[in-house]
Parts: sequence; C-alpha cells; structure tokens
Amino acid sequence: MNTDKNVGRPISRLEGREKVTGAARYAAEYPLEGLLHGYVVSSPITKGKIVEIDTTEAMAIPGVVDILSHLNRPKLAWFDLQYTDMDAPPGTVFKPLYDENILYNGQPVALVVARDFETARYASTRIVFRYQQEPHQTCLEKHLDKARAPKKGLATALKPPPPPPTGDFENAFENAAVKVSATYHHGTEHHNPIELFATTTLFEGDGKLTIYDKTQGTINNQLFIANVFGLHYKDVRVLAPFVGGAFGSGLRPQYQLFLCVMAALHLKSNVRVVLDRKQMFSFSHRPPAIQQMRFATDINGRLTALGHSTFAETSNFEDYTEPTSNWSHKLYPAPNTLFEHQVVPLDVYTPMDMRAPGGSTALHAIECTIDELAYQLKIDPLELRLLNYSDADPSAGKPYTSKALRECYLEAAAKFGWDKRSAEPRSMQRGNKLVGYGMATGIWDAFQFPSRVQIMINSEGKMVVDNATTDIGTGTLTVMTQIAADELGLEMADVEFRYGDSKKPFSMFQGGSAITSSTGVAIVVAARSLRKKLLKKAAEMNDSPFRKAKEEEVVFSSGHIHLKNDPAIKISLKDIVAFNKGAAIKTTKMGRPHMLKLRKYSLATHSASFVEVEVDRDLGTITLTRAVTAVAAGKIINPKTAKSQILGSMVWGISKALHEESIMDPQLGKYINANLGEYHIPVHADIGELEVIFADEKDSLINELGTKGVGEIGLVGMPAAISNAIYHATGKRIYKLPIHFDELI
Amino acid sequence: MNSFKFLAVPDVPAAVQLSDDQPLAAFIAGGTNLLDLWKYNLAHPTALIDISQLAALSELRELENGGFRLGAAVKNAETAYHPIIESRYPLLSKAILAGASAQIRNMASNGGNLLQRTRCYYFYDHQVPCNKRVPGSGCPAREGYNRMHAILGASEACIAVFPSDMCVALAALEARVNVSGVDGERSLAFADFHRLPGERPELDNNLKPGELITSIDLPEKGFPLNYSYLKLRDRHSYAFALVSVATALEMDGNTIKEARIALGGVAHKPWRSLEAEEFLREKTACRETFAAAADIILKGAVGLEYNHFKIKLAKNAIIRNGMMALDPDTQLPGAQPSM
Amino acid sequence: METYPPHPHPQEMETHLVTLKINGEHHSINIRPWVSLLDCLRDHLDLTGTKKGCDHGQCGACTVICDGKRILSCLSLAVMKDGAEITTVEGIATENGLHPLQQAFIDHDAFQCGYCTPGQLCSALGLLSEGRASSREEVKELMSGNLCRCGANVGIIDAIMQVKDGGSDE
Repeated sequence: MNTDKNVGRPISRLEGREKVTGAARYAAEYPLEGLLHGYVVSSPITKGKIVEIDTTEAMAIPGVVDILSHLNRPKLAWFDLQYTDMDAPPGTVFKPLYDENILYNGQPVALVVARDFETARYASTRIVFRYQQEPHQTCLEKHLDKARAPKKGLATALKPPPPPPTGDFENAFENAAVKVSATYHHGTEHHNPIELFATTTLFEGDGKLTIYDKTQGTINNQLFIANVFGLHYKDVRVLAPFVGGAFGSGLRPQYQLFLCVMAALHLKSNVRVVLDRKQMFSFSHRPPAIQQMRFATDINGRLTALGHSTFAETSNFEDYTEPTSNWSHKLYPAPNTLFEHQVVPLDVYTPMDMRAPGGSTALHAIECTIDELAYQLKIDPLELRLLNYSDADPSAGKPYTSKALRECYLEAAAKFGWDKRSAEPRSMQRGNKLVGYGMATGIWDAFQFPSRVQIMINSEGKMVVDNATTDIGTGTLTVMTQIAADELGLEMADVEFRYGDSKKPFSMFQGGSAITSSTGVAIVVAARSLRKKLLKKAAEMNDSPFRKAKEEEVVFSSGHIHLKNDPAIKISLKDIVAFNKGAAIKTTKMGRPHMLKLRKYSLATHSASFVEVEVDRDLGTITLTRAVTAVAAGKIINPKTAKSQILGSMVWGISKALHEESIMDPQLGKYINANLGEYHIPVHADIGELEVIFADEKDSLINELGTKGVGEIGLVGMPAAISNAIYHATGKRIYKLPIHFDELI
Repeated sequence: MNSFKFLAVPDVPAAVQLSDDQPLAAFIAGGTNLLDLWKYNLAHPTALIDISQLAALSELRELENGGFRLGAAVKNAETAYHPIIESRYPLLSKAILAGASAQIRNMASNGGNLLQRTRCYYFYDHQVPCNKRVPGSGCPAREGYNRMHAILGASEACIAVFPSDMCVALAALEARVNVSGVDGERSLAFADFHRLPGERPELDNNLKPGELITSIDLPEKGFPLNYSYLKLRDRHSYAFALVSVATALEMDGNTIKEARIALGGVAHKPWRSLEAEEFLREKTACRETFAAAADIILKGAVGLEYNHFKIKLAKNAIIRNGMMALDPDTQLPGAQPSM
Repeated sequence: METYPPHPHPQEMETHLVTLKINGEHHSINIRPWVSLLDCLRDHLDLTGTKKGCDHGQCGACTVICDGKRILSCLSLAVMKDGAEITTVEGIATENGLHPLQQAFIDHDAFQCGYCTPGQLCSALGLLSEGRASSREEVKELMSGNLCRCGANVGIIDAIMQVKDGGSDE
C-alpha cells in the first residue's frame, strides 16, 4: 500500500522543538509531591564481604529518611529467575543489596534516602563500612588461563557461537603462500550516555507504581520490577518518553531502578535515584578482548584460511558473549576456517551490549588483518576485498536477502578519491604531517523482533499508533509517523505515534538496530488490517460507492478512501468513523519476522569506510581530516535521521579507534578514569569532515518495509579504516585500541 | 560533599583574618576546581570565604615599572582576551586558551589557576591511598597506570604533575605572585611559588596557611614577537596536557638573544632549565639548536612504565615549538601543532 | 581511610536569600550554600532544561548564560550568583518563536537524544556573542567544552556556522 509520500523524505525530528526548548523531560526531571532523593553508596573494594555497617551518624543527620542495605532491605523475590530480564546472559543475575558479598568494585552497598539531594549525598559519606577483602582478579591479560567456553542460554539465540571449523585450517595456514598472524588487544569501554542513569518512582498506593526510567525497554523493566517486588505487572507502568542516550546500557534494568522502586515501596513515597558519573562506570560495559588472527591467501590474494580466536572478559556470575569470531567468514569465502570464542570470568560486573557489540571489535581485527595481507601481496586494499567478494554468506552457505557492499565500496571510494592514494606507507605528506588513507568493511546484523501495535482512526479522522518502544535519539518517533502516515494515506500531522510507555502494546527493547524493522513492520501489518476494516465499514454506509469495491480497487489518500479508477469518488476516514457512531476504528496486530522464508537466507547490513588521517611526523598527533562511509541497509525511511545515525556511529568509530578506554588498575581492581575528564570521548575539535552515502539496496525479501536498520553499521568499519590509515601514514601497525598518538613517534 | 558555611567579606584584610581564624575554611573565587574536589569528597572546607567580588582582586592594569598586574579574582577568559595581554603577552593568552573549555575559562580565576590540584587518577579517588591526599598512605601511581605522570623532579612519595597551562606561560614569563596574610603581604618569584613533591607531596606550593593570592605581576618583557605554546594531549581540545611547552624568544635576525622555555605536564610544577636558556643565548635558531637545548632541559628525566614516551615527546615538542615561535602566525586554535 | 576535619552539621547551615533573574523573571529563594546553581535550577525552580551530565565540569550539559557569559552551572554555587541574570535553554526562544539557532539545530539534525542540546545551545549563544571564532576550526575549538555522545558533532557545528554566517544579531 505504501505510497511513499513521506517515507524516504528527510523529515526533521518531530520532537525537535521539545528538545531545543528544554521542554523534553528525562527520567530524573519529574517534580513529584514530597519527592525523596536517593543516593547510592558504592563499594570501594573489589571482592570480599561487608562485615559491618554503622549508620548511626548518617541517620542522625537532619533530613535523612532511611538508609537501606542488605541488613535491613525489605524481603524480595527469592529465586534468581525472578530477577532475570530479556537481555540477561546465562548465569545468575546480580541482585543489588542482596547479601554481604562484594562481587565487583563499585557495587551498590547502600541507598541513602533523604529529603534533598545534597543531604543524601553528604550522608553517604558518614556511613561507616567495614569490609573483609579477598584477592581479586580483574585483568584479562593476566588470567587467560581461566578462559573457557561460554555457557549457553536464551540470549545465545541472538548471539550464536562461531560456526564450526571447515577444511583443515592448521595445515592450510602452515603451508600458505601469504599469511598474517597477529594478536589484537581491545580495552574496556563504558557507554557513558550524557544523561545519568536515573529513575523517578511515583508511589500511587494500592500497589500501583508509575516509574520514569532511563531505559531502552519499557516492558522489559516493567516485568522485571513486577517479578522482583511481587507486583502484578498491570500495576507497574514504566515510562521513558525521552531517553538521553543509552547505546546498549539501557537494554537491561540497571540497579538504580531496583533501588528506587525498593525505596518507594518501603517508604511509601515518591523517590528519585540518580547515579553520579563515577557510578556510570559501575555496571555494564563493552568487554575487553584479545583476538588472535591468522589469515592466509594464495599468491594471487585469494583467501585460503581464516582463523579467529577471541578471549573476552565476562563476570563471575554471568557469561556474556558477543559475536566476534563469527564475522570474517560472512564476508570472505575461504576453504579452511577455524573460529573460537572463549570467555574469561573476572571480578567485574557483567559486560553488556554496547553499540555494535562484537562487530566493532571484531571487524577492527579482521579488516586490519586483511589490510596487512594487502601490503604483503602488494595489492590495493580495496582490490583485495573485491577479489574476495562474495554475494552469498560463505559461513552459512546461503544467499543474502540483499547485499550492496560492492556498491558501497565503489561509491565511497569514488567520493573519497581513493585513486589518489599512493601505495607505499609514509609516501604522502603535507608539511610536517604524514598523510594516510585507509579503508575497511563493515557488516552487521539485520534483526527484526516481534512487535505489536495498535492503530486507530479517531473521530477527527486522525490516526493514533501505539507501541511500547522507546526513542533513544534514533528518530523512532519520526520514522514510525512517516511509515504510518503513508500506510493510511495521511499527512504526518494527522498521525500521532505514542510510545515510551509499557502500557502500550509489546515491543522488545530498542537494540540491535532492530526497531525500525520491528515496530515499522508491525505498523504495516496493522495498517493492512485497518484498511480492510475501514473499507468494510465504508461499504456499509448508505449508498456507499464502495459497496462492491475490493481492496485492490481503492486507494487511501489525503484522509480519504478513493476509487482507483475514479479518484473523484471518495469518502473521508472521518465520515467512516462518524458512521461508526464516532467510535474509533482500531486494530491491534503483531508484526513478526518471516522465519520460515528467511531461513534460506542470511541477513546483514554492510558498509565501507574510507578515512584520511594526518599524523605529525615528530609529535605523533593524529588528526582525522575526513571520512566517507557508504552503507547498504535496505530501504532508508528517513535519510536525515538515518544519516545522523551513521554520522554518530562514525564518531563512535573515531572514539573507539583513538580515544575511549576505561582503564582498569589490576592492583586496585577498579577503573581509575571513571569520569568524563579522563575517559575521553571525542570533542568537536576531534571531528573532521564526515560524509555518508546510502547505497541503493532494494530488499523485497527481508520484511514488508525492506529495511535493515542503521543504528550500528556506521561504526563497524571505522576503527579499522582509521588504523589502516594510520599504518599507511606512518608504516606503524598498532595492534590495540585506542591508538595513542605517542605510540607513533 | 560536606556542609559548609558561606561567608561574605568586604575586603582582603577581612578575608585573610577570617581565614586565620578558621584554618579549615577555604577561599572561593571561580570554584571550578574546589567544588569539583568537594563533590569528589576530596576537599572538606568547613566554610567558604567568597573572594570573587573583592575589588582589590579584580583589576587588570599596567604597573609603573612597565609590567602588568593580573588580579587574582579576574577570570581566565577576561585575562586571555585583554588587549594588552593579547598584544604584549600573547604567549600567556595562548596558554590560557589552550586550557579547559570556554565555559571554565569564563569562571576560573587567575589565582585559582595557580592552586589547581593534580589530575592524578589516584589522587582523585578518595577510596585509594595517595601520599598527596593522606601523607604516608602510599602511592599506587608508581606501580599503576602512570601515563600522565612526572618524568622530572618526582620523588619516591609522589609522581603527580601540575595540570595548569596558564602557569607554564607565567613561569616562562617570570611572573611574580603577590600574596596577603595576617602577617602582611609578600611577593614570590613564580619559580618559587610551586614546589617539587619531595617528602611533602601534600604541599603543592609555598603559600603559608591562610595566605591569599591577591595578584600576579607580569614583568615588562612579554616576548610579543616570537612565542609559541604547544599542548600535546589525547584529544584535540579539552584535555589535560601530557606534555606542553611554552617558548618565548627574543631574536636578532636569526640569532637568539634571550630564550625562555617552560614545560607543562612533566613535573609537579612548571619546569624550566636556566642552563638550557643560557645555552640558547646567541645561538642560531634552528632545529639542532633547540634539540641541544631539549637535551639539557630533559637531563635527569626518568620514565616509568607508561610514561616513558614523554621524554622523547617532550624533546620533539621543544624542537617544534622553538620553530613555531619563530613564526607565531602559524599557530592553530587550541595550541595544536602546526607547520 | 581518611579522617575529615570537623564541619558544620547541615542543620547549622544557614539559608541565604538569593535573588536570580532567570529568563527575565525574578526568583527569590532561600537556599543553603551547598546547592549548585544547576541543582537550584532543576530541583528548586523546576527548570529542568539545564542538564546534569557529569556534575564536575567535564561535559558542558549544564551550560547556562550568566550575566552574558556562558558558564557551567554545576560548578557554580547558587549563593554566589545572587543578583545575577541567567538565561537557560527555556529562555532562548522569543515570543515570535524559536531562536534562529534553535531552528538551525532542528534543520541540521544537530541532536539525537537531545540531552546535551540545551548545553550546546547555550554554549553556542555564548560563542556567538563572544565573537572570537570565525573559521569552522575555531568554532569547533571553542565548542569543545560540550560533549555529544550521540555523535551529532557535524550537525551542531553546521548549525552554528549557518547562524554565525547568516548575520544573526544574537
């Protein structure tokens, strides 16, 4: 049906006005009656036990209402299962204030509740804790001996283990004409959205709670709270109309939610808990990883062997995995492969998905290794990739539903001016600056989750669409409004998309670049049903010209149903609802991926990034002067917001390559740069000229919309492209991220 | 995070008297570092004495001796953009503008800039030992992640570095620091203001308890023709220096008549070598000359596990900055390396 | 562990009457000295447009205009701003509609999640009135006190350049 009147247009964000006027309220910004302020106390030790807590002095401070710890917390759900969430990896979920055991540094050990923020914060310093410390292990490099296969569980469905070996890898690698063996080290990263994690709980009495939470999954957190606190899920409403960035950190309920609700129920009061920036380093993160790469080609550059072994950190209570070793064979055919993924459990919090989890780490190692092969072979890096190009997915032996990676390579190379690259490292200069060109490939999943929407036409003839998804800055509100408007032939102004509310029909959490395809498809499916209903109702009207009209004979446009062959014959949606005695005409439908059909295919988005850097010959300083990323992600609903997604993830690529890292001090067992002054993310001055190209990729197989998602793919190729450009500029291959400029002098 | 009294005072004598009466009180002007430390539970003033509005601390004016006075409560941005600073002391202007962000420079005071505490990770975490914070408790930085730490003038007890950019220029310009206390006023040479950690790393400087910085005096000579401030850090802006260099030259053709070089990010105080500056006198300005001076300046530099790079980086930075000083117009925004 | 010097108990902390002119409106509040200007705006005056991102002067989300200059409200004590004139993001728009900079932010998609946006806007207004940046490089340098984790940097700088070059009188 889609008329594409709005879909495909660069529409500005519908919530733009709220965001530029300060009217948009985030989780910590609801001024409730008698609001109490919670401040979290964090463990200074990494492993051991709390032996004693003395709250006498703190409780005596005027304004302090209560101090909750494992010693006096209310009784809670007993079984681990009840603490679980939709994104929980296999293992035992961390339970805040559960008992005296300290599992990681920064673990919440108490919540101070006071009448104002300053008093709560102050009182947190006047509690006396006594700990019994035990030796801890927090360093991946030092504890590789603990590596083991990860446990499997529900979350494994979205994160399959690497495919089994093919051919005879060891033999093929050993005897290969051209080969590269390298080990890559990646540090820990924390999501660090600029909004601090926060929850405001409205205690409504009668066991009812309304919770403003920073989350990517309203229903995920609603069910978590209902389970843990033994409430009926209908009595728990989680609202997240505005989310100040999340990048994966909101995929699981975080501990401030638990603590806030616990305090609200216990004190029968409205409570707010906001973490501080240091505490933003006390939960999920991208795990550090060590990747051993062994790639080989024949003398003509055809890949003959792909070996990729990953050792990644997890916690001692859950087995988090992210697909890393899985990717190279999805891009490149090779007869001999060996892929492994092992976890190393340490005394840290469980890692978690962070923008392009696995892919961004893996493709750095993969695409740098391919680059290294290209130099050995004296083949242009782009040519080497084209030489090994595969239209199908060699790892699964299936075709892709679509794959316009070749177009990405060629269009981005042309835009970038790749042909101006001189082959030798250190061969291009501007004054004291060595100039380097680098490129790399990106690949990412094209997920679709089940999603349910209700859509209705109300008595004004306007459309209302309901779904529980969030809009974490992705443009979801705008994109869904575009899709919905076109489905019913309405102006966008006549469509209201209501979201960010667990009371709305089901949506999975907003992650994996999946929501456009998930909720978008659900809108298409529901609209199909609603059009039928509307036409049927129109046919029932007196002297209806649509009495005998079949679906394919009408068109929905400008708020009316028209006869296709005589568009002057029409009836307005408003009149149809009026005929329905003014009662809204509505339907609720589930959109689902076509599992059966899609089983025969592989699904992926692709990208190609081209980067120019300048490296100061004497000082090593790195300037990313420009970058072009071309993306093949199926249909682009909104080129404006989609471009921003790609630009944003390119900035993430710059950050991962050159800036961010949470530094673990293994002696202390804690991150020592847990603040935004020392945990560097790029500032404006770090960002050069960035360009985005969307390749024309038509995909009629993947889903009703032909969309694949754009939230992550823009990041995947960037770190390797930057590393490769630095190699080209300097002749130095740095096998770790982030690359520090001083490593280049 | 602790509570404190807020005390307004009419003038400097009242401020220093109050400070003498209440030894655990702190002066506050811009607050950009003090409130940061207070919120991290690192500073625990029982009272804040507001000196931000005191007229005596708020002047930027020329001195009779041809120098220029920077009031201690004057904001960094106002100082950096003052026409006389821009024209006669451009090195100072550049150095100030290389530090922090526009917002912080609008808030931070000149006196406060001298009193910044180190950014050492371990100092900044009240839950771990630190000899600077709790004398005798130990120094995890020495065996820990010491990428940002000192290569010059460090001690067994402390390897912290002083984070200011402005002070690197003030050291090169040989400013003087005027302070006031209950016992009267005195003036310290800039080189004598900050101190090396030695066995007393808890002391950043030679201020006596209760003393207040009232102003900083620049001498007449500002090296307005040949100067450069170069700052090397992990971002292109808004990050503390791993190494910074302030270079001021007085030239006669291509011959150096007088040179000043101060380093930031390498020691517990801005680092100067009078020997190197003497060496440069009457030399031809070129890479080789600056390289030789760098070797003198970095004599005795000691690298630790993660900061060894600073020795070579500092040398290369001294050379480059010398060359940039010969042609100051080449300087880029944010004290990034050019040429 | 450390021992702290004695300090006045919060109940001994007197409140101070502070008068602020915020977005043209006078507010008089009794406030304790340990309340930052940021928390004063957000918790005491329900002006939540000004954001808390780090509370330590490291992200710029709390930027407001104070007596004509862009400052960080998280590192300011409300009590020290008695008599000051403050503009927050809520006060940028005119009666006739959005400020050109706000419109440029929308047009250039200069934000995603929107959380750093109020700080970026106030900082950019400060930058424009300072008149110290002419080139794109200088604008980037002088806007570097405002972090954007969504990576909307290109749009933000584009929007500011457009308004700067468009001869806006702000």
